[in-house]
Amino acid sequence: MAGQALLSARGLTRDFRGFRAVDQVDLDVAADSVHALVGPNGAGKTTLFNLLTGFLPPTAGRIELAGRDVTGLPPEQVARLGVARSFQITSLFPQLCAREHVELALQSPSGLGWRFWRSVKLMGRYRERAEELLDMVGLAELAEAPAEALAYGRKRALELAIALALDPKVLLLDEPTAGMGLEDVDRTVDLIATVRKGRTVVMVEHNMSVVGRLADTVTVLQAGKVLVEGPYEQVRADERVITAYLGAADAAH
Amino acid sequence: MTTAVESEPGAKPGPARSGLVAVSRAPWWVRYALLVAGLAVALWLPNGLYPAVAVDILCWALLAVSVDLLLGFTGLMSFGHAAFWGTSAYLAGIAAIKAGLPFPVAVLTGALGAAVIALPIGYLAVKRTGIYFAMVTLAFAQMIYYVANKWGSVTGGENGLQAVPRELGGLDLSDEYYFYYAALPIALLGLWAAWRIVNSPFGRVLVGIRDNPARARALGYPVHRYKLTAFVLSAFLAGLGGGLFAMGHQFVSLDVLHWTTSGKAVIVVVLGGIGTLWGGVLGAALLVRLEDWLSFSGFEQIGLVTGTIFVLAVLLFRRGIWGTAVDLVRRWQARRGRTED
Repeated sequence: MAGQALLSARGLTRDFRGFRAVDQVDLDVAADSVHALVGPNGAGKTTLFNLLTGFLPPTAGRIELAGRDVTGLPPEQVARLGVARSFQITSLFPQLCAREHVELALQSPSGLGWRFWRSVKLMGRYRERAEELLDMVGLAELAEAPAEALAYGRKRALELAIALALDPKVLLLDEPTAGMGLEDVDRTVDLIATVRKGRTVVMVEHNMSVVGRLADTVTVLQAGKVLVEGPYEQVRADERVITAYLGAADAAH
Repeated sequence: MTTAVESEPGAKPGPARSGLVAVSRAPWWVRYALLVAGLAVALWLPNGLYPAVAVDILCWALLAVSVDLLLGFTGLMSFGHAAFWGTSAYLAGIAAIKAGLPFPVAVLTGALGAAVIALPIGYLAVKRTGIYFAMVTLAFAQMIYYVANKWGSVTGGENGLQAVPRELGGLDLSDEYYFYYAALPIALLGLWAAWRIVNSPFGRVLVGIRDNPARARALGYPVHRYKLTAFVLSAFLAGLGGGLFAMGHQFVSLDVLHWTTSGKAVIVVVLGGIGTLWGGVLGAALLVRLEDWLSFSGFEQIGLVTGTIFVLAVLLFRRGIWGTAVDLVRRWQARRGRTED
């Protein structure tokens, strides 16, 4: 297992003023797998994401990407190494249109972004690919709409298109279906099922049916610690998980 | 190593500043018409105004676009651009007096000097945002003011630099009217450079950084280095303005480094419209003209008037003159579009 892990963490810990949000987490994300992180609110899922992508430095522990130590690297360097992420709360550039978002992402690995003496029209070289990606997430018609004018579900789709534009080895999706209607959820699940080929996907997800349809491995977090890890069916049947995560819902039945 | 988190990822992205014109979406003929009109006004200016005032307008227009490049297009409010304006004014003045350089070369020397000192200042400042960025820039500008004041052997201290020559291949530029036309190409080049930067792939990244730095980092853009580059470019443009200012007045005093110069630059941009680039040019023209008119009519409390204008602009016209005009045109188009349907 550890041998083929593309992204792994050892003893990963993060404190916020005495509060331990992530506590000694060991994680191995196998190459080409979909790995879901689930757990109740405050379990440390998003903090773990921020640690894995360099947005937060860990208090202790170590992160490896394809065998390389990436602990403490700033987010732009983690991104350059092939780790793309989406944000739990939609995080876009309100003034730019959908196509410009994707073009900006496509441009990132090249040096074009530094050319302050050249015309912005040079970014037109990414237009075709940008429109393909927008089409893929169902935004072809809205390519010219400013991001701030998009409906919530559309913004989530744009998030995904931006992440895909980076053509990442590892795709970290923070609640990709949160707040979506059923139809959009189905489309997003299909999309993730398509783009996962040749990629490793780590996702935080509350919707257990989405997890069940996509995830090869599920890690359940509780109070910053790994509670259970394993295939979906096994994790779903685990007593501890039912108590911790589904307990309240089951009690209602 | 950058451990400071730009802003908590997943946190609410910056407020949508809908007043900002991130990308020019005006039709091509409107843009060309405005360009021609702007050039015509620039060519006519010293015939309608006292030529020395026209030169001042050019200089302040450069300072305004340099401040707007940071404030409007990168999301950084510098409160220390007097450092670059003033340093360049002194350097250009010294280059002209001591080395007898032709005035465009002296101005360029000053601007390059401004860019050089912007490197360490910017390196330290861009790690901060918001009010802290403004305070760091102000602190450095005050330090430079202090040094210039004490270093009298070079700067002339309280007396300043007197009788700065403006030499250009034997041409007689002593008349302000002719000097304006000699200075105009430099100013236009500076304004063109600002326009090019804003409308470049680099400029597009800056807008992304302004709107959502965390997102820009997640895309792989080294945000601090981009901000630093913008800062240095901005200082160069401010330096062009400051160098020309020294040539225009043939005199450099400590005022060029005073914090009120930085403040006035911000006022000019707010008045013209943050993030509009050309709004700053308009703001500079109006404020310089107004100040000249006030001092000519013997009114002494000029700061009172500019301060009042600033307050009114912030309270009533948050988008500034240019931004308000663009907004009105858009609304008019939207209304016309609806009635035609």
